[in-house]
Amino acid sequence: MAEFRTCPDTGFKIDLNADKLIKWNAVTAVVFLLIGGLFGLLVALTRWPAVHLLDADLFYLALTAHGLDVLLVWCIFFEIALLYFTSAILLNARMVFPKIAWIGYWMMLIGALITNVAVLRGDSSVMFTSYPPMMAAQDFYLGIILFAVGALLGCLVFFATLHVARKEKTYEGSIPLVTFGAMTAAIIAVFTILSGAIILVPTWFWSLGLLSHIDTIMYRVIWWGMGHSSQQVNVAAQIACWYAIAAILFGAKPLSEKVSRTAFLLYILFLQLASAHHLLVDPGLSSEYKIFNTSYALYLAVLGSMIHGLTVPGAIEAAQRKKGLNKGLFEWLTKAPWGNPVFAGMALSVVLFGFLGGISGVMMGTEQLNLITHNTIYVPGHFHGTVVVGTTLTFMAISYWIVPTLWQKELVFPGLAKWQPYLFGIGMGLAATFMMGAGTLGVPRRHWDMTFADSAMGFDFPAAANLMMGLNGVAAVMGSIGAAIFILNMVGTILWGKAKVPAAAAPAEEAPAEPNVTGAATSYGSAGTMEVPGTFVLAMIFLVSFVLYYFVNWKYLSSVWGLS
Amino acid sequence: MGIFPPPQRVWWNQPIEKSEVMWITIAFIWALVMFFMMPYWHLVGEQNLSNEAYKIKPEVYAEKVETWAAKYTVREEGDTGIPVVRPPAGSDVYMLGRLWEWWPVLELEKGQSYRFHLSSLDWMHGWSLLPENINIQVHPNYEMIFTVKPTSSGEFGVICNEFCGIGHHTMVGKIHVVDK
Repeated sequence: MAEFRTCPDTGFKIDLNADKLIKWNAVTAVVFLLIGGLFGLLVALTRWPAVHLLDADLFYLALTAHGLDVLLVWCIFFEIALLYFTSAILLNARMVFPKIAWIGYWMMLIGALITNVAVLRGDSSVMFTSYPPMMAAQDFYLGIILFAVGALLGCLVFFATLHVARKEKTYEGSIPLVTFGAMTAAIIAVFTILSGAIILVPTWFWSLGLLSHIDTIMYRVIWWGMGHSSQQVNVAAQIACWYAIAAILFGAKPLSEKVSRTAFLLYILFLQLASAHHLLVDPGLSSEYKIFNTSYALYLAVLGSMIHGLTVPGAIEAAQRKKGLNKGLFEWLTKAPWGNPVFAGMALSVVLFGFLGGISGVMMGTEQLNLITHNTIYVPGHFHGTVVVGTTLTFMAISYWIVPTLWQKELVFPGLAKWQPYLFGIGMGLAATFMMGAGTLGVPRRHWDMTFADSAMGFDFPAAANLMMGLNGVAAVMGSIGAAIFILNMVGTILWGKAKVPAAAAPAEEAPAEPNVTGAATSYGSAGTMEVPGTFVLAMIFLVSFVLYYFVNWKYLSSVWGLS
Repeated sequence: MGIFPPPQRVWWNQPIEKSEVMWITIAFIWALVMFFMMPYWHLVGEQNLSNEAYKIKPEVYAEKVETWAAKYTVREEGDTGIPVVRPPAGSDVYMLGRLWEWWPVLELEKGQSYRFHLSSLDWMHGWSLLPENINIQVHPNYEMIFTVKPTSSGEFGVICNEFCGIGHHTMVGKIHVVDK
């Protein structure tokens, strides 16, 4: 029989099993953020030409570990915590199969440790992508497979919990939008993990000597069915968090449930379709396939993201205007709680994800434009714009609410927390920008020495390329300080935080609205009046930047050598 | 609120607010523009990578490149001992990637089109022509063929931008483009 406690802040009924599982998954996630983040800092310091910290072998080792520990382990542990939160807690439901959830947790943890040991041993520096015919030690693949199966069990527990909550009628009507977003993430995760299994299991057999050959193109097509889709899991989870934060801080209702849910549906239908972004300059694939796949049919998943980009800030604007912050276009925004890390982190991530991660992703995912970006450091620039200042910053933001609420403790360093989203967001946002800048000059990714000192022929990059890689190092140090403050705050709060005094202790601004608050924000059916003019203006600024940047790159492409 | 079930049980036929409708329309039009840019560029653009490729054994490819290079070698590149190969304008040219070099050095004529053959003898490599910044993924066992037309002259570097082991960062080749 499930046991419950009632959350003193929100009034949610919390299944004690879910409570414990969310905490363990979230804490494990943060530990891997620390490990992976440290490796990332070492990578950035090595790629800073004037510092050039690590030797080549250690650099490639650190880069492999960095990718695995943050891109895979940190994100997915945190997402499993979110899945349990958005199912059991938001639906006031009991968690189904907690034992399976624990088995999943331990499989993920043991798998992550096995792969980390393989990498740290030094014989598996094959990068996160582990492209054959370069072979890692067999336990490198085994660890990832265990991790993935563990994550799959987490998804199954999520779906089972949704099903039982519906059957036991723990809520009225449809599931909340945030849970719907999490469900989107979980559906994509299942597809992702199956793609991973299809390619990594044979690759593991190959490393054991049971298979003689892995076709490199087949590997890249299917591996990216996992690799690209796993980032779509992040996007869906992160956007679910945006809606959650808008609701928690502002009592914001979605402008339209129909629109927001349809946008998530577009993800399920089209986002995971894509993996060809990575294959646009590979041999043996047709342009028809490349164009259809890389554009998610007709950029329908990009359409989904652009919709969320309007509806998330739009929901906040509507809620703020309802409260009387109605002056001009932007009073709702200027009077937003910028000193609250939950809001600041979320707001920064909406902007940075859109401008840095989103626009660059669409640009370099264009069949021909990929010629001038593929495998340059533009690519890591892009995905630091999505996974770092998008997903990671969002997860940090919501942690400032989840951790004090779930543990019922006060933040240990609230003053530092105020600055943390800016340090991390702006630091890593700059790092992403400088990487993209260096990439447009052709600086390669995954490369120890862009001066080619040990090479027979050599090549000289323009001084601007070296400068930008140096600035990338400086920005990464700034971002790392931001990440360190976050980790310190979370670990400190959990270990030494003062217990919250019930109810009254909830800080006024961050106080989550009572569950029975309804109709706080906006009424439906207001078509005819422009309800969110500020957001619309911001969206148009985004669109204009997008269009300009997109065509600037076509112009740039048209100036290079002819290819046909 | 997004964290609670929608207050109205029937939410799917609620009217949509005007700014949302406008934005969705604009975004969808933009999506279509971006989609059709790709086929459009295939029709009018000068930079489209051909998808012609053949399966080939690395040793067969190596022999093909070496025979061809022996025929058209004009000199050595500095004191590196690497041949500089200058094929007839408009003909087939070959390059191979292996740990850790792009071989051989090529000399091409500006404004001429060449059928460019590219493959790897061992691991995956990333063919990156600088400072043009043209980047192509090179697989072992696949020979890809595309037409290249140098539109600028001078000395161009070819670096590797797919990780290929401990010497990856030393893998640099060269293409000379001369004015006719």
